[in-house]
Amino acid sequence: MNNILLRLVISQFKIFFREPGVVFWSFGFPILIAWTLGIAFSNKGEILRNVAIVTEAPQALYVLPQWLYKITGTVSTELSTEAELEWEVGQNQGEYARFRFQAMSEDEAVLSLKRGKIALWIESNQGAALSYRFDPGNAEARLNYLLLEGAFRQQKTSELKAEVRPLTIVGNRFIDFLIPGLMAMSIMNACLWGIGWNLIELRIKKLLRRMVATPLKKSIFLISHALNRMILSAAELLLLYVFAYYYFDISIKGSLLALVLVFISGYCAFAGIAVLISSRVQNTQSGNGVINVITMPMFILSGVFFSYHNFPDWLIPYVEVLPLTMLTNSFRGIITEGIGLKQVIQPSIGLFGIGALCFALGLKFYRWH
Amino acid sequence: MTIEVRNVSKSFKDVDAVRNISLQVESGEALALLGPNGAGKTTLVEMIEGVQIPDSGEILIFGKSWKNDEYFLRQQIGLALQETRFQERLTVGETLRLFASFYQLKKERTNEVLEIIQLESKSRTWVVELSGGQRQRLALGIAILQRPQILILDEPTTGLDPNARRDLWKILEDFKATGTTLILTTHYMEEAEFLCERILMLNHGEILADGTLNQLLDKFGEGDLIEYVIKDANPSTEARSLSGVLSSNWNSETGQGLLTVKSISETLPAFLDLIKNLSLKLTSIECRRSTLDDLFLSMSGRHLDE
Repeated sequence: MNNILLRLVISQFKIFFREPGVVFWSFGFPILIAWTLGIAFSNKGEILRNVAIVTEAPQALYVLPQWLYKITGTVSTELSTEAELEWEVGQNQGEYARFRFQAMSEDEAVLSLKRGKIALWIESNQGAALSYRFDPGNAEARLNYLLLEGAFRQQKTSELKAEVRPLTIVGNRFIDFLIPGLMAMSIMNACLWGIGWNLIELRIKKLLRRMVATPLKKSIFLISHALNRMILSAAELLLLYVFAYYYFDISIKGSLLALVLVFISGYCAFAGIAVLISSRVQNTQSGNGVINVITMPMFILSGVFFSYHNFPDWLIPYVEVLPLTMLTNSFRGIITEGIGLKQVIQPSIGLFGIGALCFALGLKFYRWH
Repeated sequence: MTIEVRNVSKSFKDVDAVRNISLQVESGEALALLGPNGAGKTTLVEMIEGVQIPDSGEILIFGKSWKNDEYFLRQQIGLALQETRFQERLTVGETLRLFASFYQLKKERTNEVLEIIQLESKSRTWVVELSGGQRQRLALGIAILQRPQILILDEPTTGLDPNARRDLWKILEDFKATGTTLILTTHYMEEAEFLCERILMLNHGEILADGTLNQLLDKFGEGDLIEYVIKDANPSTEARSLSGVLSSNWNSETGQGLLTVKSISETLPAFLDLIKNLSLKLTSIECRRSTLDDLFLSMSGRHLDE
């Protein structure tokens, strides 16, 4: 009995280690991810927490450092420019955080909140208490508030009056930020798993080889898969929107035509990527790994669940050209900010371009047999 | 000339799957590629099918090449690959209609094919629920949808039980009568004998022999065979001196002996007399003509079903 068990276990090991792709995705990939994420997140000093300062003070941009000092007694700063003030707190208390304050009007603060550039803003008018404005449902905003409040109280010699004024207006809540991101992510998943994974499976079943041994054009075959998932994906998005409309009171403020354009261009981008990643993969384990390699970084970086504006400045230009970021930002702009066709032309061209390039490369290198 | 294969070779990593093979197939001919696993049969037919590209050499079908006339050739060739798993949750009818659409065929044709492959009653059955034989018939149905000029089948009956195999042979026999050129690979000599007039024997990527069954046996066969079992003594040495005996072997462990003779009618009476004179006890005796397997064994040292 034990011998049988031992034989079975040894046989499974042999099968496992004789498939190099599987070994890599099992051992190499988690280490690679740990290393990448470790590099990205271990240096907390790199994470900047953006906070808007909304004040009636004239020429607030020029007096921001003084204003902050006056209000809070904070002695600053690492970096101060005319428009910004960077401030590090909690170095010795184990609650290290780095803030960047930017002075702006309330309208600008609302827009920045919708775009995920800030999670909270501080209002202060002469003689009034300090007001923190944020959605209490947003964990990141709450953390910013607690860190700031704690730091201000430590720095301040006299008693600081402060209050929290929750932001619950439709369009400014965390759920308003989240739903467009989820819509974009749903398109990514529909394409990479629904198209890419399916094609890999067809190759393994030898059905791909059988299909192309007919007069069927290869490009038509690939496009049929993309079209099928596109219709399903449109239905998924519609369902998600209807749910968000009735349950969270979220509605599309911008152009419907722009939304359709962004949907199609985003879908083309991810369908092209799906074709490219399925072009050479020959087993499901490797397929799983390749799809995760593509999706996981975007899942983390593209601002679906939390803003990418907290990442280091050098990283943001790269994040902003990721297809999921372009798609998320465009959806967010249309749904919460009310932007129109003109503003989404550029990202749509970018998404179409990525899709066309990936599709062409995939078709060129596709392994049909 | 329907198919012309000129000096074709194909290697995979360190294995020479097909080595400099040349071959011509006439219109309406039925050709069996016979050989054990690893002989190069599948690689050769996949190159003819345009599924694989030869490393060197040239393949012309109706005088056209895959490189220049793929679309035309795909219309002319029907094929069933060695292993295809069709979509499990499509029905038989849906699968046929899907493939029929690639050839722009009407529904009437899929109904005809359902009748030919005897799966009318399974038209609404999911592929996942079909037996092995039924799946092979579906693969055959897809191969003949567009009434191809050339039908290429790669081990169409491997893994099927004898009844399912015979059902498929019957369908193929009927289809052959339409004048379609047939190429099939198999390692079942009965299949090659039953379905094909011409047999090409392959081993290690090379052609060992090419001809009709009788031509091969006459040209390469060593003679007829007398198989016997005598357990108590070795008659082999004495048998070797009988008239018309080409070779004689006897296995002391099993008692099985084999005489290869020029003519059974000439040698059998003398062999029976010898057994009588030596007072040996004959357990069993069987006389038969050499088979393709005997021939293949003598030429390659391997059995066809290895």
